[in-house]
Amino acid sequence: MALYNKILKKSIWVFHASASPCNNCDIEILDLLTPGYDIERFGMKLVGSVRHADVLLVTGIVSHKVAPRIKQLYEQAAKPIFVVGIGSCTTGGTTFKQSYNRAGAPLDKIIPVNAYVPGCPPKPEAMIDGIVKLLGTLK
Amino acid sequence: MIFKYLFYLLIFPGFLFASIFGMIVGWVDRKVSARVQFRVGPPFFQNFLDVFKLWGKEVILVKNSPYFIFIAAPIIAFASVLITSTLVGTAGFLHLGIGGDLIFIIYLMVIYSVALILGASSTGNIYSSIGAGREMKLLLADELAFILVILVPIIKSGYKINLIDILNFQHANGMIIGSASGIIAFIVGIICLQAKMAMQPFDIPEAETEIVGGPLMEYSGPLLAFWQLAHFMMYVFLPLLLVILFWGGISFSSVGSIIAGILKYLLIVVLMILMKNTNPRLRTDTAIGFFWKIASPLALVAVILAILGV
Repeated sequence: MALYNKILKKSIWVFHASASPCNNCDIEILDLLTPGYDIERFGMKLVGSVRHADVLLVTGIVSHKVAPRIKQLYEQAAKPIFVVGIGSCTTGGTTFKQSYNRAGAPLDKIIPVNAYVPGCPPKPEAMIDGIVKLLGTLK
Repeated sequence: MIFKYLFYLLIFPGFLFASIFGMIVGWVDRKVSARVQFRVGPPFFQNFLDVFKLWGKEVILVKNSPYFIFIAAPIIAFASVLITSTLVGTAGFLHLGIGGDLIFIIYLMVIYSVALILGASSTGNIYSSIGAGREMKLLLADELAFILVILVPIIKSGYKINLIDILNFQHANGMIIGSASGIIAFIVGIICLQAKMAMQPFDIPEAETEIVGGPLMEYSGPLLAFWQLAHFMMYVFLPLLLVILFWGGISFSSVGSIIAGILKYLLIVVLMILMKNTNPRLRTDTAIGFFWKIASPLALVAVILAILGV
């Protein structure tokens, strides 16, 4: 298992789920793929299907309409899967704090979360740092 | 005797060699693509780590779907690709072969596509179904051109349906790529390989930004690893097949000829990667129109030229 975790750390495939965001965090996530940051040098890859994913990135306030779907996405993913909440929306306090349409505040009311990266939006460096810290907990 | 064949199938030109070499070529693909886009690219062992990781993931079966086809499709596709790469590898590296192996190779390559279509449509996922339909259309488009391309060396070598005979013919009478019909067929052949590998101008079935991965969408864990390995092995034997058919194969008589053989192979691979990185994805109808209106007639011209002996 130690060997498997060691390899899993170096080959992280990321699925990106937008749960009613303002699109700010999503643009910052796409920045990670650009030449400036290039997360492919760590073996990370953005995949199109949650079945292939090792990390589920969730952005945005999770509205009542999206909450069941996020839960379904988590259940459809092949385990082991790690969930990372990107942005202050998923942690609980931000611009949309007072909104009536807010099911996940914080996100782990809906699905278990392994790490949060707060910020509105968080910088790409912060996101890389968050993922590295999450992978550091893998033994 | 049986151990010799098992050795061919499992170790040298077969499973072990083709998958390891294929993963290295897959790394070359990712690295060159990254350099073209001014990125750094993945480390050398990335594809090995990816495939190893997939073996430890969970397999999820789709509810209310025919499980048997869902599980059998990647194994059938992998087996057909394995046999094809063994056939091409034994002919290319060891100068051994069976009679009529070109016909066998054409059929086995269709089996890969059919398994992909079956596996994708067994899930009932809408994106998988669209991907399966597009794979079928692409198969209809490129198959005719590909068979015509393969006909040219067969006619040139005096109607021998055998990789070894074609190689022997080229050693005696010069390479087929040197003739007018050979060069036309070779160019059309590279374009057909691009479609067979589902690379960029023809990546219609697995259009990442459009139908998010396409046929492989519902596959996870070891079954996805089978698809990945089959895809990596295609990197090995498809360019090698072109090298054997048109460019005199890889000979092991001296160090210089080995290097020349590897350079021939790498030239085709890098050409395909550069084509992948400089072309946008075609629409389905444009791709079919391209193959039926331009590529196939061009290959037919090459066949007629070959019959005339040019």
